[in-house]
Amino acid sequence: MHVDKDLVAASATPLVLAILSEGESYGYAILKRVRALSGGELEWTDGMLYPLLHRLRRLGYVTTEWRTPPEGRRRKYYAITDEGRAALAEQQQQWVAVTRALNDVWPGSGAVLTALGEA
Amino acid sequence: MESVESQIAEWRAYIANAPGVNGHDVDELEDHLRHQIDELSAAGLTPDEGFLIAVKRLGEVDGLAREFAREHSGRLWKQLLMSGDDEPARAASGWLEALVFAVGAAVAIQVARLAAGFPDEEPSWLARNATLFVLPFLAAYFARGRQLDTRHWVLTATPFVLLALVVNVYPWGADSDTEVLVVFSMPVVLWFVVAYPYMGGTIRAHDRRMDFVRFTGEWFIYYVLIALGGGVLMALIAGIFEPTGVDVDRIAAWVLPSGAAGAVIVAAWLVESKQRVVENMAPVLTMLFTPMFAVMLACAAVVYAVTGIGDAFDRELLSVFDALLVVVLALVLYGMSARDSSTSSRDWMDGVQLIAVVSALVLDLMVLGTMFARIGDLGFTPNRTAALGLNLVLLVNLAGAAWLSARFLTGRSTLHRLERWQTTYLPVFALWAATVVVVLPPLFAFD
Repeated sequence: MHVDKDLVAASATPLVLAILSEGESYGYAILKRVRALSGGELEWTDGMLYPLLHRLRRLGYVTTEWRTPPEGRRRKYYAITDEGRAALAEQQQQWVAVTRALNDVWPGSGAVLTALGEA
Repeated sequence: MESVESQIAEWRAYIANAPGVNGHDVDELEDHLRHQIDELSAAGLTPDEGFLIAVKRLGEVDGLAREFAREHSGRLWKQLLMSGDDEPARAASGWLEALVFAVGAAVAIQVARLAAGFPDEEPSWLARNATLFVLPFLAAYFARGRQLDTRHWVLTATPFVLLALVVNVYPWGADSDTEVLVVFSMPVVLWFVVAYPYMGGTIRAHDRRMDFVRFTGEWFIYYVLIALGGGVLMALIAGIFEPTGVDVDRIAAWVLPSGAAGAVIVAAWLVESKQRVVENMAPVLTMLFTPMFAVMLACAAVVYAVTGIGDAFDRELLSVFDALLVVVLALVLYGMSARDSSTSSRDWMDGVQLIAVVSALVLDLMVLGTMFARIGDLGFTPNRTAALGLNLVLLVNLAGAAWLSARFLTGRSTLHRLERWQTTYLPVFALWAATVVVVLPPLFAFD
């Protein structure tokens, strides 16, 4: 299944914030997590993640830090801030509202959408 | 492995050249690329194959660069520039349109001059209305350029009509102070009116407001440059034609007003079409002058704090102070709008700005203290009221800016907040200037 580009873009922010709320991470790991979560159905161009991360940083939703892990290269880590968590909570409510509305007019797909909405 | 290293280096150099991508961004992307290559190699591909796939997954450099540019100055014009290859015709046809409006403004100001019998006579209505002969052309230029619909044209024109009515219908007294205040406040009010068509008929979008601030700064720089060039030209004309017995002063009296009026539109056109030129120059100017003003303000704050402001305080000093505070605010605002948001980390310029803002705040507080004492002794006059209002408006802005930039510098707030504060505050300036034009005169019986 191919998920519409606009939908991918709209879900990118809450998805990244949610992943970061599990703990700090870096670009490549975030992308892998996105792929794993969506079972490969959300197609991201890898490069697009970075402008998004930079935007989140400008809005104060995440902080960044360059660190060199013991085994590897210097790498930029992103961590969510309290503001980021607040924004995530806000986005969650919006998505719940959207999925609930869709749920009501799409009989039959209810179970899936409920799972999505309340997640 | 060697060939992959050289391929990565080439890719790095290529992507680093794209507009909107800086060195740290490339580091980050390279880390991503290497991760992907390692993983693909582990799955059995050769590093070469891994490189190809990893680059493909990162996306085309052009698209990537455009996303970066969009984020790192989410500004309309830059996107236009980025996609500008498709429509180079726009910039080329732009100059004719700008010229039409510039000539319109130049002719309008001449008609007004002739009607007033200037320079033999200098009726005060000419001074009150001067900007009304020029800025509507600028507003119309933007309204046309932004392809506004009829409703927005009407909304653009309404404030001009209302203000024209106000300044001409009010029964001004002879040698009226409020009239002089109106002469100085009208350009400010009308400039904010121009903001409406500039922002494409929206007033709430904070990004657009910031764009307008940056436009104002860059317009000012171009205007000064044009004025300097015009001055040199006039001096040369005088030098060459004086011996032939031509009355150079008479020529100047005709050329100067038209030139000054037309240059308003030409400067705006230059800002819009030669964005890259001024974009390179303006941040350098800000970087040069902000530290100088910071040092000067800090010294002034210390000196006046020690000696006290009371004795030296008179009307002239007050206007110097106010001019200084406005200039500082303009520098800070412009510095903010021209900031390269890809380096949203704190640097020494932020510290310098904070010094400037705090010093300005101290000076403003001292001025206000003295003014309150004055008004307590001597009562309100139009000038004191206008100055008091301006200083209060500045005080609130500077206090907010100082607080937020201190928090930003200590890492407890974001630059975004600071920008928001300034763009949210802009209408306050417009409202106060409008109050001086519309409300103060009747309040003081047009005296």
